[in-house]
Amino acid sequence: MSQPRTLSNQSWSAPEEEPIVQIRNVTKRFGDVYAVDDISLDIHRGEFFSLLGASGCGKTTLLRMLAGFETPTAGRIIIDGQDMTSVPPYNRPVNMMFQSYALFPHMTVAQNIAYGLKNEPLNRAERRERVTSMMSLVQIQKLADRKPHQLSGGQRQRVALARALAKQPKILLLDEPLGALDKKLREQTQFELVNIQERLGITFIVVTHDQEEAMTMSSRIALLHDGRAEQVDSPRRMYEFPSTLYAANFIGSVNLFSGHVISHEKDMALIGSEETGGELLVHHSQPLAQGMPVTVAIRPEKIRVTDTGSGGANQVTGEIKEIAYLGDVSIYHVDLPSGKRMQFTQSNVLALAEQPLTWGQEVSLTWNTHSCGVLTQ
Amino acid sequence: MSAALRTLSAHSSRLIVAVPWFWLALFFVLPFLFILKISLSEPQLAMPPYMDWVREFEDGLLTITLNFGNYVLLFEDELYRDALWGSFTVASISTLLCLLLGYPMAYAIARAPEHWRMPLLMLIILPFWTSFLLRVYAWIGILKDNGLLNQLLMSMGLIEQPLQILHTPVAVYIGVVYSYLPFLVLPLYATLIRLDNTLLEAAADLGARPARQFFTVTLPQSMPGIVAGSMLVFIPVMGEFVIPDLLGGPDTLMVGKLMWIEFFSNKDWPVASSLAAILLLVLIVPFVLMRHYEQRRQAEEEA
Repeated sequence: MSQPRTLSNQSWSAPEEEPIVQIRNVTKRFGDVYAVDDISLDIHRGEFFSLLGASGCGKTTLLRMLAGFETPTAGRIIIDGQDMTSVPPYNRPVNMMFQSYALFPHMTVAQNIAYGLKNEPLNRAERRERVTSMMSLVQIQKLADRKPHQLSGGQRQRVALARALAKQPKILLLDEPLGALDKKLREQTQFELVNIQERLGITFIVVTHDQEEAMTMSSRIALLHDGRAEQVDSPRRMYEFPSTLYAANFIGSVNLFSGHVISHEKDMALIGSEETGGELLVHHSQPLAQGMPVTVAIRPEKIRVTDTGSGGANQVTGEIKEIAYLGDVSIYHVDLPSGKRMQFTQSNVLALAEQPLTWGQEVSLTWNTHSCGVLTQ
Repeated sequence: MSAALRTLSAHSSRLIVAVPWFWLALFFVLPFLFILKISLSEPQLAMPPYMDWVREFEDGLLTITLNFGNYVLLFEDELYRDALWGSFTVASISTLLCLLLGYPMAYAIARAPEHWRMPLLMLIILPFWTSFLLRVYAWIGILKDNGLLNQLLMSMGLIEQPLQILHTPVAVYIGVVYSYLPFLVLPLYATLIRLDNTLLEAAADLGARPARQFFTVTLPQSMPGIVAGSMLVFIPVMGEFVIPDLLGGPDTLMVGKLMWIEFFSNKDWPVASSLAAILLLVLIVPFVLMRHYEQRRQAEEEA
């Protein structure tokens, strides 16, 4: 997995600038089903923003409302300062790259890319110039006269991208842009998309169900669940500080221990958990009350093996039951005396090294107070 | 799969393909060869009313006589040329009228809510449940001087004298368009219903208003249906004989009617047969065109 990218110009952390997209209490109902349920989001200029979620979470419906294919049941959508809630798709300053690419089968690649330019104030030479530059942007110059059915999946994806970018939209909407590509091509294309986005400075809004894809490409992610925004954060914060149980579970793997608050100070809380058979000391920033039921989340890679169990906080002892060798890391499944199963990972630093840990072995595990989080919902 | 089994399945698939070929040979090629044979013979007053090519004389001499005079006649006598041209005009204009009427119908049905489509299609197919001949006769009742249409127009005060519609070319067009419209609507509907809606969304997204969406996406994408439907109207109307006979007047000259006259009134089977052969040749051209479109569409769909 690649590192979440960091950008120097994080304009979206500057609240004084007006967001390019303002989604205000938007709801979309199909019959009795709430596809999107009262979502409010701000997306800033130049962002690579991901709408992440499982299928049926409402991410595609939200994207289609931004494009204008669906009208919100309630709420408003403001794009670049203008209320676009009921503006038809052909009058919006946004373009979309469809999941199926939706290339016109009876037109050549060049004709597909030029399609949106007919309404632009361009003369013939300028139009041709724009088409050529779009084709070279996505490296398909040689395919200009081909028809879509003569192209491979990856080539079609590029044509779709070039066509959507040709009108130089303020916002590009991408519906599962890499969904139809095989794994290798997908990884390459992820970085290419990010490069193109940075080069053009257009705001990208991507719908994806793939958390790894969202983590790799996005400046920020909105995790949607049942039509609601579960959490909106940078990939890094989303991973390190999930704000809900659902968010913690959806992104990466996590150990969850249920317990209750024994005592708490300004930024530290002591939590008792029957599942670990001990006490957990956790850094936190949420309002807590004594006796409150909470869940403590610890990522498997944050857990260390210690020599001896001293019986202090954030320490558990258990028996290794399963080992999964993945090449770069190994995953260990450990059963605690309470019957709770947890997992931790260790990187395999030396090739074919004698496994220091083996099946049936008793291990003591520990972690830092900053490495875990408290979830109240 | 074993080699033996593979051979077997190759044989059986060839067998399956052979069935339609056999059908075509028996009911299309063979009768056409008869027609061709008759068209090259001379008429005579006998039963059957044409002479055999092969005539054996008493001195043991075998003679084969081929008469190309019928074909020469077809090209020289204006009557036949006019009849072919008349059929072509009626077929072309009717196909165009069917398209103008049928496209909006097929489009509306394809765009209707799903639970409406079947009932609407049924309405298109419903006339087939009554005999074709009966329906054409019904039009006589509607179009004649004291028929339903004239009565209605007069009672509304739009006209004072009944309009002469029956036994005019207008009546032929009404009858042909009415009878053949379903043949155009059905294949057109089949293409329009398969039209990928995201293509229209993509067009809208790229700034195309509904009219441009229609002319740049829907219309070119429905071309196979337009071609197939037009052929299904054009080809049978070229040979149509019942409608011009019942609804048309003495000035309505069409090949089908002329063939009928040659066969049954003039008893000139050879001329009628050569007319049939020429008609077939004329019809092969649009048919080849249709095949061409069909193949291109398939190539695009396989992608």
